[in-house]
Amino acid sequence: MGLHAAPEFRDTRKMLASTLTAALRVRNLRKTFKDVVAVNGLDLEVRAGECFGLLGPNGAGKTTTIEICEGLTEPDSGEVELLGMRWDKDAAELRQRLGIQLQETQLADKVTVLETIRLFGSFFRHGPPASEVISLVQLEEKANSRVGGLSGGQKQRLALACALVGDPDFLFLDEPTTGLDPQARRQLWDLIEQFKLQGRTILLTTHYMDEAEQLCGRVAIMDHGKMIALGTPRELIASIGVEHMVEFSAGGTMRPLELAPLRRMEGVRDVQAENGTVQMQVTELHRAVPALLDELERQGVPLTELRTHSATLEDVFVTLTGRHLRDE
Amino acid sequence: MSDITAIPEIRPREATAKLPRGATLADHPLVQLTLTRFREFLREPEALFWVFIFPILLAAGLGLAFRNRPADVLKIATVTPELARSLRQDKLLDVRQLPPAAADEALRTGKVALLAEPGPGNTVVFRYDNTNPDGRTARMLADRAVQRAAGRVDPVAVSDRLMREPGSRYIDFLIPGLLGMNLMGSAIWGMGFAIVDARRRKLMKRLIATPMPRPYYLLSFLLSRLIMLVVEVGFLLGFGVWIFKVPARGSLLDLAALCVIASLSFGALGLLIASRVKTIEAASGLMNLVMMPMWIVSGVFFSAQRFPDMLQPVIRALPLTATIDALRANMLQGADLAHVASQLLVLAAWLVVCFPIALKLFRWR
Repeated sequence: MGLHAAPEFRDTRKMLASTLTAALRVRNLRKTFKDVVAVNGLDLEVRAGECFGLLGPNGAGKTTTIEICEGLTEPDSGEVELLGMRWDKDAAELRQRLGIQLQETQLADKVTVLETIRLFGSFFRHGPPASEVISLVQLEEKANSRVGGLSGGQKQRLALACALVGDPDFLFLDEPTTGLDPQARRQLWDLIEQFKLQGRTILLTTHYMDEAEQLCGRVAIMDHGKMIALGTPRELIASIGVEHMVEFSAGGTMRPLELAPLRRMEGVRDVQAENGTVQMQVTELHRAVPALLDELERQGVPLTELRTHSATLEDVFVTLTGRHLRDE
Repeated sequence: MSDITAIPEIRPREATAKLPRGATLADHPLVQLTLTRFREFLREPEALFWVFIFPILLAAGLGLAFRNRPADVLKIATVTPELARSLRQDKLLDVRQLPPAAADEALRTGKVALLAEPGPGNTVVFRYDNTNPDGRTARMLADRAVQRAAGRVDPVAVSDRLMREPGSRYIDFLIPGLLGMNLMGSAIWGMGFAIVDARRRKLMKRLIATPMPRPYYLLSFLLSRLIMLVVEVGFLLGFGVWIFKVPARGSLLDLAALCVIASLSFGALGLLIASRVKTIEAASGLMNLVMMPMWIVSGVFFSAQRFPDMLQPVIRALPLTATIDALRANMLQGADLAHVASQLLVLAAWLVVCFPIALKLFRWR
């Protein structure tokens, strides 16, 4: 793989450089809930100014990890260093500099958007005026509406606004678009892109690979409390050595499709059949597709559906774990 | 990959001029939290009903049901016209002459309080239930009417001078009771539901993820409770004094002090109940479990003295009993704080015990 979570430092100069640029550093983090190991020896480093994604299926330990980093959950062991500070010593100062958006927070329904922002704003020493925060998340028209009357996307943007009231240096976003419709998701992505341009450091969790590809400079893929891959989305995709995926359904199964000849074809890495669709990992699309068509012709199996796409983070996850991100 | 240079462009956060938060009072976190408490409360029509309208409806309803009427006219039955004539001499008796079977039936079903029948010789038999106060009264009135009709002359002449003094009526007893019940209800419900709801919504977890000083959160409940107290107590008390002419003989300052300490004790109890509960249903059950016995035994609607002596020490140790006893002493007897020291002590004890335990048990998530 060649992808490791914690870089090994060979000399102090590099270490120093890293100290200066690491906004968050997590070492050997462990957390167990009753008999479930949520985080199992995790190392992580988020550099100042980057948007870092924790990608993984539900139950991978993403939320536990982010909540430990946010100082909301005590780890069983391990270290967290955030903006050069530690939770046990500098909690008050850290809280002032973080913007946090939690999964599933329901803000008070009877209070208006403006009142909510003013409330959250009052906890921070610094920060832009409430009206500015509201226009930042494009809720101007809803400023005097009660939270209970907002749509899912609007509530999520308000949650984002609550994370921004203190003009944070570090932004934690836990599944910011889960449960939103595609349009609301795009809108939220645009907002997050803006924060990136403002130079804030962002750590976000998601189980949508397209979200991670879209927003994150670097991504860590988590599974069962461990990091199984780290890098830019492009590097991760390149790491599986496959550029394209070919998916097809061969219908009218008069006789079963033989997979072995497909595996032997030139430019094909791997073939998997699942619920009537066949997925082929392919390095050379222009060779593999004609060969596939010829082979189906030879076997006399009619093609009902054919799709190709460039490999995604989802494919990386499937390659690494043999499971789909959304299986769980 | 382990080389830093492999990482794509890193844009350090520009040193933007951080705007200091407006230092006005309105932007103080405690003010904002308290305002939020008020908004949530005032925008909840049901809560407004339970706190303001319900006690007054209750007072009005019960005041009406138990109003001091001119002495009751009692319904009695008899079976002979002679007896009926004698009995009708008394204006406080409503006498019906019925056939024996119907008279029996009327007595059995409680339609009449007493049945007068001729006995053997020149005697009269009164049939009535002597555990029923109406029956006993009817017995006295019927006896007097029969004796007088037969020619009895009372040896001593008496005359009545009637007085109806405010302070001894049922409504006078009731208003302090309702006041105490209201203090308990709004502190426990107001605190309990709001806290459990915020926990259930993970709003509390969100708040502690901000730099909000945690004691402010609880303090905002206290502040809003105390401000609401003025309105609530003023409303119910004003209603009682103005409409029902309930006396407020004690010092108002003492009364205010009583209400504050009672609210604090009940608030601590509410906080304790809500310290860990995660669902509204569980909170509701727990609150009712705590409050229901007090509604019954603490003397809201009838005197707590009616319960067996053995239970009295326990009943007196309950915060609602202490509150109501102290309120009655203040309003009806004009007692000062020194006279209700034992009740104050009970309330203080509840506060001192519940509050630290509640803080110890309290969970933000």
